[in-house]
Amino acid sequence: MGLKRYLVTRGLTMFGVLMITLLLTISLVGSNMDTILKQGIIYQVRAEITENTTIAQGFNNPEEFEKFVQQKIDERVKTLGLDTPWYSPQRLGYTMYKILILDFGNATFLTSDSGSSNVGEIIFEKMPKTILLFTTATIIISIIGILLGAASSNKIGSKTDRITSTFAVISSSFPVWWIGMLMIFVFAFVYQIFPARATPSIEPDEPGYILALLYHMALPVITIVLIGFGAWAYLVRNFMVGIMQEDFIAAKKTIGISKKKIVYSHALRNAAPPIVTILALSLSGSLGGAIITEAVFDWPGMGRLYFEAISVMDLPVIIGSTYILTVLFLVSIFIADLLYGYFDPRVRTSS
Amino acid sequence: MSSVSTQEIKKEFLKSKLGLTGVFILSGLILVSIITISVIPASTFQEWNNPEKWISYPKTSVPSWVNFLSSDKIPEHKIINAEVFQSQENGIFLTSQQFGVYFEYDDFPSDFIFEMKTKYTDSHIVQIKVIRPDGITLELLSTSLPHSDNETIHNQRYFSTDSMIKKNLSTYKDDFGFDFQVGVTEIIFSELYTNQIQKGNYIFIVDIYGIGKDVEVLESKMILGGKAYGLMGTDELRRDLAIGLLWGTPLALFIGISVSIGSVVVGLIYGVYSGYKGKKTDEVMMRFNDVIYALPALPFLIILAVTISNSIFLMIGFLMIFSWVGIAKVSRSMSLQIKTRQYIEAAKIMGQKDSKIIFRHILPQLLPYAFASIAISVPAAITTEAGLSFLGLGDPSFPTWGQILHDANTYGAAAQGFWWWIVPPGILIAITGLAFVFIGNALDAIVNPKLKR
Repeated sequence: MGLKRYLVTRGLTMFGVLMITLLLTISLVGSNMDTILKQGIIYQVRAEITENTTIAQGFNNPEEFEKFVQQKIDERVKTLGLDTPWYSPQRLGYTMYKILILDFGNATFLTSDSGSSNVGEIIFEKMPKTILLFTTATIIISIIGILLGAASSNKIGSKTDRITSTFAVISSSFPVWWIGMLMIFVFAFVYQIFPARATPSIEPDEPGYILALLYHMALPVITIVLIGFGAWAYLVRNFMVGIMQEDFIAAKKTIGISKKKIVYSHALRNAAPPIVTILALSLSGSLGGAIITEAVFDWPGMGRLYFEAISVMDLPVIIGSTYILTVLFLVSIFIADLLYGYFDPRVRTSS
Repeated sequence: MSSVSTQEIKKEFLKSKLGLTGVFILSGLILVSIITISVIPASTFQEWNNPEKWISYPKTSVPSWVNFLSSDKIPEHKIINAEVFQSQENGIFLTSQQFGVYFEYDDFPSDFIFEMKTKYTDSHIVQIKVIRPDGITLELLSTSLPHSDNETIHNQRYFSTDSMIKKNLSTYKDDFGFDFQVGVTEIIFSELYTNQIQKGNYIFIVDIYGIGKDVEVLESKMILGGKAYGLMGTDELRRDLAIGLLWGTPLALFIGISVSIGSVVVGLIYGVYSGYKGKKTDEVMMRFNDVIYALPALPFLIILAVTISNSIFLMIGFLMIFSWVGIAKVSRSMSLQIKTRQYIEAAKIMGQKDSKIIFRHILPQLLPYAFASIAISVPAAITTEAGLSFLGLGDPSFPTWGQILHDANTYGAAAQGFWWWIVPPGILIAITGLAFVFIGNALDAIVNPKLKR
């Protein structure tokens, strides 16, 4: 019962957050969006009228003609519901409803690789690449991190331990994107091993595409892993050290189970809940960071899409991507919660 | 949560090597900031984006100390002031500006420019020549100052790229033993028979002849365009990177410290109040906290910067919005523990006001934790701001480190090998971050004795 209630409250909070995010995004970009849409209509109407020369000939003086054009524009604005401001309840509700059912409308400037300007299509074309890059990196980071963390907690104060801790502190002080620039400088300029741009140069439907994608992915993955695994190892080490001080471990020690076995099977299993939680959280956290990382490596994912959308102020794309990023973020927080509850029964009973 | 007295913290801190290293680095950075603010004129950063100011600087040149490290000497960018001599013979006035250069590098200079400001009336003839170390004189240019009936002040620039110079040089073709299909500087600074650099003293002379009238030289300098300049080199827009990096230091410290202090104060008060009040208030406040916690920070910061403003002060506010949340959570759980202590109960029974209990009895206990979290949260603020600037969303009127890296990325510095443009800003960001991480970790180890092992 306790778990159910817990999940329901969490779920409701998440939904609330999602709505608030949407509302905030729309209110931040709403007024700009209106201006852009209206300008689009004016342009469209004028183009239509000038194309059809017979309309212009039917007028005696320019003022009358101008009036006619203005009238047409007003009509168009009204049919699209733009005469009420973006914050009017109907329009706000309508926009939010549309976004909730994943209908983001059409992009103003950007298009997908296949040429579609439907925001949903653009996003779903880019998303797999972001997920591919960051899940790969996170999996590698967590494997190295857990092994290294366990190893250094096994011998506290040893060389491995000290090097890991120092590396963790130092590596996490460097911005990932800066290391990315350095990596491009070293491995794409000085030693030409990897390509400087991470976008594969061949088309997605050609046979060698997957290989090319993996080859282009190498440099970003190496960079993210290099920056990330130290902090992970340090975190795992600290969890493990905490657990190693618990009574049941001491009991196991007195029974005479070897320390190595205690560390790698008993302690590591008990450290699993926080580790899994942080795994889920860091995955979602890296999605936000993807914006800068992908901009540096020119990786054709959500992050770069977001960056491009910001630089040309393509508002539908901005709203859509923020929504999707938030959803992904919330889903992973939710999964982290679930996993934590699953692994650690104490959560269910307390709270 | 144990309470530790300030004295103890001080004593323990002085024992921590890491903490002291942090303090040492931080004081270095503060010193640099103070020197920058007091010594370097503020106009340098106000005109950071004004190309006019940087026109006499070289383009993407390496730091000049590179010459100490390599055997090949890269020509340094030089700005040489003139020595002016005046003489008169038969009513002809000669004003001679001489620029002496000792050229000892292993590569040709890229170009040269003469810049002068003169005051004169009437017509004057200008002749530019160079005396080379081997004694040969090359006439470079004969031209005249624009005629003027009244006394005028005239600014004049002569560029080595002037096609007349190339034309004049071609009259010496027979003296040289190589093809003249090279740049002007590669002829002037070359040996006679092979196209190799001739090292030694060069004297460039700009002679101004006037009949019956004198010329007053107000300013005169020669810029010998090299490929090495200053302490940190220059970027694609000819800006002196040393100045940008120096100004970046106080800015980074300002951003980092104000964001972290602001968010820690807000988070602390919010968390303590929520924990102390408990029940409905706590529930509502923590739900709100959850909401902020679940907002994706970076996308929001980007949208805020784009739609509202990218002014550095507002940016500090935006960063605070997203960074007080974690601190509020921790300080809430701490205040939950503290409020059950007997003296708090006693204070309550005595009828003390809530605000008094919070500010008198609970908050002071959390101060050590607050200091540790201030130090720990500085690096995140600095890197986030740098990240935003890197995306081109920073305040363009301030040369922050992130801004410099943004420019580096826009001009493809990594792909073109301009390491001096990429490496120093990142290292400075990391060093600043490390200083605070060191201090924060040292404080944290004292405040949370559980971590001490």
